[in-house]
Amino acid sequence: MTAHAEIFPRAGLRRLTGIELRKMADTRAGFWLLVVIELMAAAIVTITVVAGKASEQDFHGLFKGALLGVSVLLPVLGILAVTSEWNQRTGLTTFALVPARGRVIAAKMLATVGVTVYAVATCLATAAIGNLFAGGSWDLPLYALAHGALLELLGILGGVAFGLVFLRSALAIVMWFVLPTAWSALGAIHALDKPALWLDTNRTLMPLVDGGMTGTAWAQLGTSTALWLGAFLVVGLWRLRRTELK
Amino acid sequence: MDGGAPRPDADAMIAVDHLTKRYGPQLAVDDISFYCEPGTVTGFLGPNGAGKSTTLRMICGLTPPTAGSATVLGTSYRALDNPGRRIGVLLDASAQHSGRTGREVLALSARVLDVPRSRVDELLERVGLARSAARKRVGAYSLGMRQRLGIAHALLGDPEVLILDEPANGLDPEGIYWMRGLLRDFADGGGTVLLSSHLLHEIEAIADELVMIADGRIVARGAKHELLAASGVIVRGLDAAELHVALAEADLSATPGADGALLVDADAEAVGRVAARAGLVLLELRPAENGGLEHLFLSLTREEALAA
Repeated sequence: MTAHAEIFPRAGLRRLTGIELRKMADTRAGFWLLVVIELMAAAIVTITVVAGKASEQDFHGLFKGALLGVSVLLPVLGILAVTSEWNQRTGLTTFALVPARGRVIAAKMLATVGVTVYAVATCLATAAIGNLFAGGSWDLPLYALAHGALLELLGILGGVAFGLVFLRSALAIVMWFVLPTAWSALGAIHALDKPALWLDTNRTLMPLVDGGMTGTAWAQLGTSTALWLGAFLVVGLWRLRRTELK
Repeated sequence: MDGGAPRPDADAMIAVDHLTKRYGPQLAVDDISFYCEPGTVTGFLGPNGAGKSTTLRMICGLTPPTAGSATVLGTSYRALDNPGRRIGVLLDASAQHSGRTGREVLALSARVLDVPRSRVDELLERVGLARSAARKRVGAYSLGMRQRLGIAHALLGDPEVLILDEPANGLDPEGIYWMRGLLRDFADGGGTVLLSSHLLHEIEAIADELVMIADGRIVARGAKHELLAASGVIVRGLDAAELHVALAEADLSATPGADGALLVDADAEAVGRVAARAGLVLLELRPAENGGLEHLFLSLTREEALAA
């Protein structure tokens, strides 16, 4: 028993973000997912150097390839960051210690920025090693780096939003891969071609990698992101406020 | 056996006020009120599924109540800035990430609470999980080890209040003895303990106050010694049914237990006279003492089993 008159301030957002970042890497699943992300980048770069088109065999081309591969896996990390609180029932502890639930989610979202930095650095490093063998140009426009980082960040944030809506790891991961594909299939119908240009992230994210970010492309990216990321986040956060943790 | 209406008390560290939780048509917790005061251990007792865990989760702000309210340290739990520094909570020892080590679980929470890292080792040592056990992943822990980790976790922030749901589950007899001492010391130092159990004998030895619930409702509440003193007599007749009828005709209320004996809210002489007048053979007639509480508890558990 210590003196009870003491005031104990709540943990700041920076501290919570550090904790959430650590929680993404300190479990067996989280650790291996981070390793697999590196292996993925390395595999894509290796294949491109050995058997890719000549136009892809430079620093920028290898970087793009690595980015695309990593962007498939990164959202899973975002999903698990949320759903493990339910699947592993750690939410019982997490939200008992931090009753302001929105702050926990905010910290998780800020932590995804850290993971994005890690992912982009991995892509840069593997692309650089690959280019030592490929002997291509070292030219990498700054916008390509920024757009690449944005691609990864939107992906992992999308994972967080999906996790919040579905709350279960398996369900959220399946939905993450099935829903956009089903959406794209709908967009292939001629009548839905126009809306799909604005709402299908499989299409709107591509210019970030291919380098065609025109004004229209930004508007289309913004619209589709607002739908997938924004709407899912709003629904997920709204429900989290009242939901029961068991 | 109700110890009377709960007293609104300014000193109450935990105050549960007409708390109710409804799931669809089912009332999981039905208008529960009780108070826990500093320096006491309150045993929250009831059969499985009686609503104990739901009540504790409502106190900790994890389950929104349908009606009523609960306060801890005079405020709602969710209004506390850093609740772990004032209230130690163990709601489910199994609710830990199986892929994390025991030490890591405590280290993460130590960061949230802002307590020094040395506190983690100190507590691992105290609950008997130091060295190799601390480096194992929680998935490889026995239930008893998870309980020890959970108790260490609850104590991490050096709190004034402990809220523990079934902490003795999975502990071996030596572990239960250890926990009993730990909670007694905590309460003797001015702390407040609320712990639940579905086993009377686990709680009987530690608790000062008892709150007994069944089917979401409080069936007995009060100081343990009062509940034990007011428990009437236990009587066993050759013909239990006839004895029950004779007692009822004499306006003595009798509760059948699981073993054919009756718990009667009267003294031994009154019961003996009823039996003599009816010409019934008695096999046993004794003050209920703690057996009375057990009797009540068993009858509740049995009703539960019959209803299922």
